[in-house]
Amino acid sequence: MANIQKKTHEPLFHIAKRDSIPTLKAWLIRAAAIVIALIVCGLLTMLLTGENPINVYASMIEGAIGTERRVWRLLQDLAILLCISLAVTPAFKMKFWNIGAEGQVLIGGLAAAACSMFLTDSLPTAVLIPVMFIASVLAGAIWAVIPAFFKAHWNTNETPFTLMMNYIAIQLVSYYCFVYSVPKGSGKIPLLPKASWLPTIGNNDYILNIIIVAVITFGMYIYLKYNKHGYEISVVGESENTAKYIGINVKKVIIRTLILSGAICGIAGLLLVNGTNHTIASNTVDGRGFTAIMVSWLAKFNPITMILTAFIIVFLEKGAGEISTMFGLNSSFSEIITGIIIFFIIGCEFFINYKLVFRSKKEANSK
Amino acid sequence: MKKLRKVLAILLALGLVLGFAACGDTVDEKPEEKLKVGFIFLHDENSTYDLNFINAAKAACDELGVEMIPKYNIPEGNECFEEACDLVDRGCSVVFADSFGHEDFMIQAAEKYPDVQFCHATGTKAHTAGVPNFHNAFASIYEGRYLAGIAAGMKLNEMIEAGQFKPEEAKMGYVGAFTFAEVISGYTSFYLGAKSVCPTVTMDVQFTGSWYDETAEKEAANVLISNGCKLISQHADSMGAPTACENAGIPNVSYNGSTVAACPNTFIVSSRIDWTPYFKYMINCVVNGEEIDTDWCKGIPEGSVVLTEINEKAAAAGTAEAIEAAKAELVAGTRHVFDVSTFTIGGEAVTSYMADVDTDENYTKDTEVVADGYFHESEFRSAPYFDAQIDGITLLNTNFG
Repeated sequence: MANIQKKTHEPLFHIAKRDSIPTLKAWLIRAAAIVIALIVCGLLTMLLTGENPINVYASMIEGAIGTERRVWRLLQDLAILLCISLAVTPAFKMKFWNIGAEGQVLIGGLAAAACSMFLTDSLPTAVLIPVMFIASVLAGAIWAVIPAFFKAHWNTNETPFTLMMNYIAIQLVSYYCFVYSVPKGSGKIPLLPKASWLPTIGNNDYILNIIIVAVITFGMYIYLKYNKHGYEISVVGESENTAKYIGINVKKVIIRTLILSGAICGIAGLLLVNGTNHTIASNTVDGRGFTAIMVSWLAKFNPITMILTAFIIVFLEKGAGEISTMFGLNSSFSEIITGIIIFFIIGCEFFINYKLVFRSKKEANSK
Repeated sequence: MKKLRKVLAILLALGLVLGFAACGDTVDEKPEEKLKVGFIFLHDENSTYDLNFINAAKAACDELGVEMIPKYNIPEGNECFEEACDLVDRGCSVVFADSFGHEDFMIQAAEKYPDVQFCHATGTKAHTAGVPNFHNAFASIYEGRYLAGIAAGMKLNEMIEAGQFKPEEAKMGYVGAFTFAEVISGYTSFYLGAKSVCPTVTMDVQFTGSWYDETAEKEAANVLISNGCKLISQHADSMGAPTACENAGIPNVSYNGSTVAACPNTFIVSSRIDWTPYFKYMINCVVNGEEIDTDWCKGIPEGSVVLTEINEKAAAAGTAEAIEAAKAELVAGTRHVFDVSTFTIGGEAVTSYMADVDTDENYTKDTEVVADGYFHESEFRSAPYFDAQIDGITLLNTNFG
């Protein structure tokens, strides 16, 4: 035995799990990751395009927060992305892989759009808006609860199920837009009647959206951290058997959580359709249902941290758009930069959870 | 641990230096005063549709010495409004958007900034919106399609003469995006062009329900080919249909630009709109302080409607001459694309047609457009409104999907 052990080759380094890491150190690693990402992007920019990387970064910042209008837009986009991220969070925390937020938001938006088109003439705005709200919440919740019901009762795989529900929603919206298109056959519906638009606060189109999402963020934080439901979600997520053993009704928790998840998606749909675009198209959600998953994961399902992760993603998107305008670079280039930065941000989580242990000479000698 | 700290400190310091340097660099701006023109594109140069606009915008701005500020990948939603406002913030005197769905948001921006001119391609609402600084533009592309149709008809004649099929089997296929006037006007003019040289021709149309869906377009072309279509044309923006034709060895008449590089054996000719004349007109109006037309629609003489080079390898002999002859007649006004003596609707001759020119939700037929023996396309507004289903053309799926 001893002989064999002696001959074992010890690798230059190996990977070990960290027990825990001080918060400060974790944040330092994250900051370092962003700095390294920026340096890599800078080098790449110089090599590929010959542009001064500092100018590129400056225009990214300029594009994201350069004017008052851009700041508001950033906050608005942040609010919508955050809202969808909050919606998927309880499901993911429960390890229910809900990748159907795209469809849940869209179907909520479709319900709001349909109410606006058919009820605006018969209902006063003060009644119409609550009706739209209920319709969107219901639509989103139904879209999420169908896969949840099948999962709870027959243990179907929720990943393809929620994914396929997206395509159904997209096709429904395409069909709706085709049937009610103006001009005939164009596949585009006109702007919704003004009476059905969400009210604006002051002269600003976006404050209401931002306030609503802020309230949801706070509510979700409380719900997950201090409410019994939040605790049940964590237990079911950690181990379904433990949950059953301690008497949690797992089926009920799955269905209840997905109703909540879908309902918030429905609200996001309402905010997008009646509070932002004032129309609907099959691409209204624009992939945010998937980006939201990344926001939620990066923040480790903490609603307050999600404000930061959503901000980083929206900031990069806005800044990236500016690069293609200012330098005439292909927009793929800005996507490359965004990709590198996100890669480093995600990658650094590895170094927060694990560490590299190098082969120590002293140890080898002592053996 | 200490080492790690050192590395971190160095990295952070580098970051700070970069950050500060960035702040310092933005100060020196040139005070040069050039007219600024904003452009909003639905996609970037990877889309043939947008590329056509981008090239024209560059050409017009270079020629007139104005600054072009482009915005790429702007969806047809609130972002379009925001980007239009952002372009105004940057000092643009005129803002242009290239996609049909941008229209409502451009009108919103035009209402907000009455001193800035907003121009929009393919839209239908400028003449009824009552917003004086909002303008629509198009080109009489139906004339280009008609000429491309002649090339198609000549090719069919050549194949008939070669004994490949009988005259009554001369059927063409057409891949369309939506059952929408712009597409209907396009395929009808293409069909009438072919019919003017090959009287027995018929046509099947398959819709995809999308402006850009490579798989659906390829599939639609394959369906048409398997239904016995001898030649294919399309009105959608991907390479789907041309590629399917090249694979099957079926001749193809393209749109938006030449596809000869990818389809050397089957590409015949392509019609497209050249937006450079409009952009120059639009910019010159602003420079000279003149009003821009509410609806602008020009054609072959102004260079707005052009045909690409004919691919001699695939085209029938004499195609170029036939196209030139027809073009001269169109320009002279002795031939009209929608001459009512050349087509029937439901077996009956057409003497009157009410078209939905003023866009409304009930599709009200509001304007008489047949006079002097032809259908007056794009005269009452720039965007096409020919939406009749004429005999000889079969729509395989009026809904999409």
